[in-house]
Amino acid sequence: MTEPIIRAQQVEKFYAQPSENRIQVISPTDLAIVPGEIVALLGPSGSGKSTLLRMLAGLSKPSAGEVFWHEKPISSVKIHVSIVFQSFALFPWLTVLENVEAPLKAQGMAPAERRERSLKILNTVGLDGFQAAYPKELSGGMRQRVGFARALVVEPEVLFMDEPFSALDVLTAENLRSELLELWDNKTIPTRSIFIVTHNIEEAVLLADRIIVLGRNPGHVRTDFRVSNMPHPRDKKSQPFTHLVDYIYKVLTRPDVPPSDVPTLETGRKVRDQRQMHYEMLPHARPGGIAGLLELVIDLTNQSGGRADIYKLADELAFEIDDLLPIVDAATLLGFLQVEEGDVLITEDGREFAESEILKQKELFRKAALDHVLLLRQIARALNNKSDHTIPEEFFLDMLDEQFSEEETQRQLETAINWGRYAELFDFDAARRRFVLPEEEQDAEESAFEASGE
Amino acid sequence: MRQRYTLSRELVIERSWPVFLDLLVAAGLLAGFYAILWIAKFWFSGAIPEVEIYRSPSHLPLYAFYSTVRIFVAYLLSLGFAIGYGYVAAYNPRVEALMIATLDILQSIPVLSFLPGVMLAMMSIFPSRQIGIELGAILLIFTGEVWNMAFSFYSSLKSIPRELHEACTVNNFSPLQRLFQLELPYATIGLIWNSMVSVASGWFFLMVCEMFPVGSRNFRLPGLGSYLQTAASSGDNVAMVYGIITMIAIIVLTDQLLWRPLIAWSDKFKFENVESSTRINSPILHLIRHSNMLGVIQRNTLVPLGEMVYRGLAHRSERRYARNTSKTSSHRSSTAVFAVASLAIAAVIGIAAFHAITLLRLVHSHEVVLLFEGAAATFLRVNVSLLLATAWTIPVGVMIGFNPRLASITQPLAQIAASFPATALFPVILVALMKLGMGLGIGSIALMMLGTQWYILFNVIAGAMAIPSDLKEVARLFHFTSLQRWTTVILPGIFPFLITGLVTASGGAWNASIVAEYFQLKNRTLMTQGLGAQISAASNRGDFPTLLLATIIMALMVVTINRLIWRRLYKLAETKYRLEG
Repeated sequence: MTEPIIRAQQVEKFYAQPSENRIQVISPTDLAIVPGEIVALLGPSGSGKSTLLRMLAGLSKPSAGEVFWHEKPISSVKIHVSIVFQSFALFPWLTVLENVEAPLKAQGMAPAERRERSLKILNTVGLDGFQAAYPKELSGGMRQRVGFARALVVEPEVLFMDEPFSALDVLTAENLRSELLELWDNKTIPTRSIFIVTHNIEEAVLLADRIIVLGRNPGHVRTDFRVSNMPHPRDKKSQPFTHLVDYIYKVLTRPDVPPSDVPTLETGRKVRDQRQMHYEMLPHARPGGIAGLLELVIDLTNQSGGRADIYKLADELAFEIDDLLPIVDAATLLGFLQVEEGDVLITEDGREFAESEILKQKELFRKAALDHVLLLRQIARALNNKSDHTIPEEFFLDMLDEQFSEEETQRQLETAINWGRYAELFDFDAARRRFVLPEEEQDAEESAFEASGE
Repeated sequence: MRQRYTLSRELVIERSWPVFLDLLVAAGLLAGFYAILWIAKFWFSGAIPEVEIYRSPSHLPLYAFYSTVRIFVAYLLSLGFAIGYGYVAAYNPRVEALMIATLDILQSIPVLSFLPGVMLAMMSIFPSRQIGIELGAILLIFTGEVWNMAFSFYSSLKSIPRELHEACTVNNFSPLQRLFQLELPYATIGLIWNSMVSVASGWFFLMVCEMFPVGSRNFRLPGLGSYLQTAASSGDNVAMVYGIITMIAIIVLTDQLLWRPLIAWSDKFKFENVESSTRINSPILHLIRHSNMLGVIQRNTLVPLGEMVYRGLAHRSERRYARNTSKTSSHRSSTAVFAVASLAIAAVIGIAAFHAITLLRLVHSHEVVLLFEGAAATFLRVNVSLLLATAWTIPVGVMIGFNPRLASITQPLAQIAASFPATALFPVILVALMKLGMGLGIGSIALMMLGTQWYILFNVIAGAMAIPSDLKEVARLFHFTSLQRWTTVILPGIFPFLITGLVTASGGAWNASIVAEYFQLKNRTLMTQGLGAQISAASNRGDFPTLLLATIIMALMVVTINRLIWRRLYKLAETKYRLEG
């Protein structure tokens, strides 16, 4: 086994809360980056991909555990890494050349040498003649080339990339990806390892020698395996490629099931799954989106006899998995969909919901929400029980932030408000930040609530 | 070279200009050198607390020069302080909350309350030199200029995108490089706009503090403010006209020679991903950019110096890693130092506060009652002036804002009107009011309006211009009545802007009350009942206990009003009445 460049030992990240509880973002994790590989880190949003990257790159200190650079604590040594950012993170007031020179200036390199090296790397990434331009004059793809040039000019041992292609259009991303692979495969750059965070499964399978899939609540490694027998450049249409993509889709869509063995590939370790949650996490999907998805699934299953492949579904919609998963999760949570082996099945309730007209849909949604979503049930019940039928938002914020981060608490409540309004369970007074029961509908609400049983 | 010239005429200009430019720049540098010598000679000459002010127009350029230097030095001090304060506050979580609360309160303390204290302190530091009085005036203007700039820099630092910070950290930028390549550029635009407001308020206070009594002593500094006051009290109308024209000339020149080039230059610091189409052009900036001489000077001084500093910093960080010092021990000792330092500061503050409170006991109880009555009167006056200003600026501002042609003409004019120090006009208006037989009770409302209405007008115009045209079209399409148009489209549309204007105007009106409610004209003291008048009077009498109590009352009222009313309205404006999604 080669000596790892970066090794994380039982790193975790949590935020202390005023109450005894703490919010665990990443549970204790071991991870090593060894020379000669491209590692892709996949996971749903909220699984702490970027946090993990920042801990490995020495930008963020783990709450517990330690990261080692060539077996020395990372905070005590000078490390040779760089990062390519999703938002490019270029300085808009510096020219392309000045942007690329900036890290060399930080190293105290003499102007002439600095310039020579920067021009050389600009040449490598195909930015000849653009050195005097300002980033805002360039297209997104060109800007990310500057981002690459700035990252590569310091000749990092490990190149970190945080969703480097997701702000670009499909063709530009494709183009940049293959150019990066060319630089890597031809050893044009002295970089010994690349660590890329992505939410695009195809991208991971295209690039990576090793794929790590994270799960969430809190973030943990679900599977970690090598991609063998697939030399670059990889053919997206080939059997092993589509199999692997399918397999990762299955892992991602079934967060509760431990990943099965990778077909013909070695598997990674299982990591303990530590969630003792009170509230289920509401996926951030809109009711309209759920209905739209169900209709599509019905169409697809009619064609293919009962089942729809999620991968195909995403393809059909031209959706990234990050956009699709919340809607699938929401439909599953509400009992409208079932997910099996990367395929989705529509339930009876789901079919009825999708095929009803709007008022009936709302009623079915209300029933499903009260049956399956604890938070909505609690809000509705509390509103009915209070004599003035109003409850301040803080009440639920306090309950939720025991379990979620501050940001996530807000988003959870936003989603709950969205769903509750659609289901006509309650309304929300945004100016005074409180839940209310609409006056004229109070009686109707109460009977509906009772009818739904509890 | 990104610009290409196709017209031959422009090519000629491009070739022949640089010589003239260099001559101009050289002349400018020589003039600046001479000016510094002159000021140094004047400042370090013996102190003349009560200098004779001549009303002859031939003295005006020199007076204008003295005043401008005061404003400029105070501005530089404010800029330095704002950057330092904002930087420390933004990067030290231990003191951040305290520092920002301090800023909030300091901002609410009426500037002129500092006047006697600052003056006497400076006089005692430099007892026999003119620089003492000068520094007193400068520090006073400084307190009127600095707070909003510090706020601006702090909030710019806090809003820097995380990834840009990370780009600096991962590349081992030294704090200095981060400051010059990330923080200062990011904050530049906010700082420039706030600088314009600050300098305007600097002129406002300078007009007053160039000439004032403290206790038995009279202070007079040669300058535009004292010139105008002397002219007014001797009833010399011609001199007053000259003085006001000079003031207008200075404002216009500052706008053209300083602010416009700065705004045009700061365009490259816009943190945006697309290139904007509208730009402010500035011939002066063009001149500076195309001057060969400045380029040579920069290449031979600043650039090599910067290289040396960066190399030094890089070596230092290398050595730090080589020594491999453990961070924890130094961290622990820094915590200890911090604890001791904060204890010491707390002790000093405690003792000072105790002395201040014992000072307050000297205020008679009937005076306290008077102060509270005065506070009520001033409160009323401030709000009446805001109401009156709002009443005329909303219709006018909306009319201007809905008419782009009109807006393009009036906006620069309004900007100049807003930069013009209302205090320069006070003497003129007071004389006119007295001829009409009106007292200062009503007159002071007019004076407050004069200083503050422009902020409201500005913002209403901007708000009206920001209302999307499709909303206006909806109103036309459905034949809204004009009442409905105002209540559903226009007023909600301009609301956030109106609030911003009112917040600024309210603060300004409280501050202006000190000069508006109390005025010395032709050896007579005009005053009306009000907290501002009481502060001025106490300051002139040298009655420090009353001054302190009155200042505390005013600061408390301003802070309370801000917290209770403006901040809530602001929040409402930011949530409910925001136009962009």
